[in-house]
Amino acid sequence: MTQFLQHLVNGLSLGTIYALIALGYTMVYGVLKLINFAHGDVYMVGAYSGFYLANALGVEKEPTLVKAGIVFVGSMAICGALGYVIERFAYRPLRHRARLTALITAIGVSFLLEYGFQLPSWPGLPIPFPPGPTPRFFPTPFARVEWNVLGVSLSNYDVISLLVAVAFMVALQLIVYRTRFGTAMRAVSFDPQVAGLMGIPVNRIISGTFVLGSMLAAVAALLVAGSRPRIDPLMGLMPGLKAFVAAVFGGIGNVPGAMVGGLALGLAEEYVAGYTVSSYRDAIAFAMLILVLLVKPEGLFGRSRAEKV
Amino acid sequence: MPVPSLPGAALRSLLPFLVGAPILVAVQALAPPEQAIILVNLGVNVILAVSLNVVNGFTGQFSLGHAGFMAVGAYTSAKITVAMAGFDIAGLPPSLSDPLVFALALAAGMAMAALAGFVVGLPSLRLRGDYLAIVTLGFGEIIRVVIENTRFLGQATGIPGLPPRTNLVWVGMGAIGTIAMARRLGGSSHGRAMLSIREDEIAAEAMGVDTTGYKVRAFVIAAAFAGLAGGLLVHYILLVSPRMFTFVRSMEVVAMVVLGGMGSVTGSVLAATVLTVALEWLREVEGWRMVMYALLLIVLMLTRPEGIFGTREIWDLWPRLFKRRAKAA
Repeated sequence: MTQFLQHLVNGLSLGTIYALIALGYTMVYGVLKLINFAHGDVYMVGAYSGFYLANALGVEKEPTLVKAGIVFVGSMAICGALGYVIERFAYRPLRHRARLTALITAIGVSFLLEYGFQLPSWPGLPIPFPPGPTPRFFPTPFARVEWNVLGVSLSNYDVISLLVAVAFMVALQLIVYRTRFGTAMRAVSFDPQVAGLMGIPVNRIISGTFVLGSMLAAVAALLVAGSRPRIDPLMGLMPGLKAFVAAVFGGIGNVPGAMVGGLALGLAEEYVAGYTVSSYRDAIAFAMLILVLLVKPEGLFGRSRAEKV
Repeated sequence: MPVPSLPGAALRSLLPFLVGAPILVAVQALAPPEQAIILVNLGVNVILAVSLNVVNGFTGQFSLGHAGFMAVGAYTSAKITVAMAGFDIAGLPPSLSDPLVFALALAAGMAMAALAGFVVGLPSLRLRGDYLAIVTLGFGEIIRVVIENTRFLGQATGIPGLPPRTNLVWVGMGAIGTIAMARRLGGSSHGRAMLSIREDEIAAEAMGVDTTGYKVRAFVIAAAFAGLAGGLLVHYILLVSPRMFTFVRSMEVVAMVVLGGMGSVTGSVLAATVLTVALEWLREVEGWRMVMYALLLIVLMLTRPEGIFGTREIWDLWPRLFKRRAKAA
């Protein structure tokens, strides 16, 4: 029973991370019908921008709440800007071409970020950028406190990360369903052409969607880096792919679906890896994806669309 | 076109091999070892790119798991040659028996890879475009994870000490065979069915093309030849390990197919050649290699998404130079 609860805690904390990343995939897919392959790497950039900012501010020596706030806002701003740049220069010129073209470009952007960050640092910069292939260690913002509840070990990091993630998801839910921007976004996702005819600035909405998704990826990266401080340029690959699986599981294009999918994937991974061989962890997500696509390709909450000839 | 008589047809299909064999033997005898490894890499990349072109180019699907099939073929053939090392078939001398065993091992590798391709091809029944890309990627990763967890296959360290069997003649013959297969497939009724799926799947289905069946067939063919490439490669570097068959490897092949033009066999051959040789020059600046691939893909998609040749072959570009071929096509 203790073991079961422990896996539940681990699965939930992993699942919220997947959910945050999956939201970026699902929103972009909603408005553009494009799998933004580079999203996992935006997450990686989020971790690195947090790393640079935290080091510049000296978070390790005297951590304060204000500094943590600056690191969060700064990383979100950097990732948001990156998301904007990627959309503006890599995807927008291809919007009316075949979908495969945009997919290949997305893979290219993803590789550019992954391997660009592995290059040796340029001389003469105040910070070591690009960081190179060796892993870096994220500075610990505050001491780790472990609690023992019913034999389940739980740290203050887990609690904070869960609270922050839930807060951001609630905020996103409000943005999508309660603001003018959110309404416009849903309209574009429903039919970009008609939305444009109704006076919605489609390009601006799509850019905004990318910025929003990239910011959530930055949040996810900082929450992960807080408790697992090892960061490297390839760290976004697996979480990115798994979050995509989570988005498909929940029904891609559906915002609440991504959250449920993320949690379900996190739990499934923890339970299967916990009770069987843990080295199969990375295969679980893909097995799940194949199963979902075979049994219910539109996902849990997705609407299936009839094929028009 | 008049139907050639049976001996004529047989001769025509053997012609590339008959012309290629003496050239390959000469190159094998003359090439210094450091050049030979580049040529082996080149041949393997040609096999990979041309076979992937059957799925991504002819059929218009998008597979990102080619390295997984390569791994299946490589491991199968490696297991067989290691087990059969020092064992002579029917009392033949080793100089005859070893190549025979190797050929059988390669065939077994192709068969196993084809089986894997069949399993991956099945979900493509229901998926299109980007979903299929992710699923094939997932299968490639699953194959690798399973290998890394199987003691019989040497787990993460792989199987060292394979017998040296591959030389330039083997690789060259494999490449010629793959190109001949792709060309002849492209002109056959099977190939035309695949092309019709690429052009318009719904229309193809309405015309009575068994779209699912042809997609699966394309996967099986491509997977079999990827297995051949894997078997050839590992018997040259004498080691097989899961690290050789990552997602990055699949991406390199995709870059070759995209650069050459999806659907163009000569384009794939040319792109495989250019990229292999260019990357050999870039070996000193190892870190830039993948950055170059990434930039190449992005710039290519933004400026010329159909690749160098598009769906045309090299002789379609200068019809006067290749008058006879152009007329035949």
